[in-house]
Amino acid sequence: MGFLSVEAVSKEFPGVRGGAPTRALETTDLRVEDNDFITILGPSGCGKSTLLRIVAGLEAPSTGRVQLDGAPVARPGPDRGMVFQSYTLFPWLTVRDNIRFGARATDARADELIGKVGLRGFENHYPKMLSGGMQQRTALARALANDPKILLLDEPFGALDNQTRALMQELLLGIWEADRKTVLFVTHDIDEAIFMANRVAVMSARPGRIKATLEIDLPHPRHYKMKTTPEFSRYKAEITEQIRVESIRAVAMGAA
Amino acid sequence: MFEPLRPVSRGARIVLGAAFFVLFLAAWSLATFGGLIDGMFLKDPVYTLRIGVDLFAQYGFIKDVGVTVWRVVGGFILAAIVAVPLGILMGAYKPVEAFLEPFVSFARYLPASAFIPLLILWAGVGEAQKLLVIFIGSVFQIVLMVSVSVGSTRRDLVEAAYTLGAEAGGIVRRVMLPGAAPQIAETLRLVLGWAWTYVIVAELVGSSSGIGHMIMDSQRLLDTGQMIFGIVCIGVIGLVSDLIFKWANQRLYPWAF
Repeated sequence: MGFLSVEAVSKEFPGVRGGAPTRALETTDLRVEDNDFITILGPSGCGKSTLLRIVAGLEAPSTGRVQLDGAPVARPGPDRGMVFQSYTLFPWLTVRDNIRFGARATDARADELIGKVGLRGFENHYPKMLSGGMQQRTALARALANDPKILLLDEPFGALDNQTRALMQELLLGIWEADRKTVLFVTHDIDEAIFMANRVAVMSARPGRIKATLEIDLPHPRHYKMKTTPEFSRYKAEITEQIRVESIRAVAMGAA
Repeated sequence: MFEPLRPVSRGARIVLGAAFFVLFLAAWSLATFGGLIDGMFLKDPVYTLRIGVDLFAQYGFIKDVGVTVWRVVGGFILAAIVAVPLGILMGAYKPVEAFLEPFVSFARYLPASAFIPLLILWAGVGEAQKLLVIFIGSVFQIVLMVSVSVGSTRRDLVEAAYTLGAEAGGIVRRVMLPGAAPQIAETLRLVLGWAWTYVIVAELVGSSSGIGHMIMDSQRLLDTGQMIFGIVCIGVIGLVSDLIFKWANQRLYPWAF
């Protein structure tokens, strides 16, 4: 029994106007140990975001159950911090007030995180004055400031350009290496999935389920140069093969 | 120059805006001084301005203006006090919306001016009746527009707040309200403009003071100059209140502009 346990969870969305219901997620199991960093990798439409939203408590599973640290998950709560793909900073709050939003955030912790994510000097800016990368760094700091037991990241860097994305990966990894928070990270980017994770969970095409998990045995601290090493390439070749089959299936089904 | 959505400079904006007023005055002057329209139907701008000065200097028109402003503001504030909280409740809580929305949508189409005879019967011809006309004309509009603003809060912001530990009450207070506040202020600005049309209608019937009453009196004397001056006065007051509202909104909600 892990720190986070997802047991036989599936999700079916009711049909619109009497249509057939949509099966978004096949029956799925997942165990995450404390202080682990897991990435969930899958083609678009495979239900990986749905799985994360169920863990967050934002969606109720159709079957199965989710437990975090022994307690059942029924609704969203401050023990599961989340960073969304879309920019979800509160536009009427400054960077500092956004980071201070959480019920458990303190001034000292907010201040420390502002430094960690490199936003010193921007504390009093409103979100609209920030670039996409800065907004996501603020969102990350906001989630961390609330001191969650687990951090849920739903393609948080998906809307960013490649350079910014690479910097954000290193930043997040640096914070994880220092704090060792439990992280569940959803992505469709193979490089990102390998670079960030201790374990990659590869999902099948819609309706998705976790078809394989792969230990990533690369040393920490990790540096961006690692992405060009032979070990990295081996992992990449293996996962690419698995994900390719699924992507082809997804396209054939018209889901991508 | 006519590229879609291309912004204009602040200076050019002011010049262009003023230019239309000049154009309007020029057309008016041409029509009256040029003899295109008989003076009985439309007085020229110079006469209108002179009669306006007389109105203030000799006939105490400032009192009428004051009375009208107080009626508009009074009725409007009463409507806002009732309507804004109701609209917030409707926007935030779907059962409240389901309960009230159909009736408010129906009531919104009842013309405030059609209530005037009834209101005179119920409340007489005093101030209460004037305030009620404005109240009825504004309250349903505000409820509905506020409800839409609050109800259209971004879902992802609500979800983000939940994952940060906010409870239901906190979602309304800390997410929906601050997010909708600039739109609520904008709604009030719009409806205040409409309240001005209701007050004049209310003053045209059974009133002994106010700008509308002056316009009605002038009609009996066939003085189109005074009538036009009264109408222009309302326009000027409206423009000023609009500018104040806009300025206040930009100061209060710097993040939204």
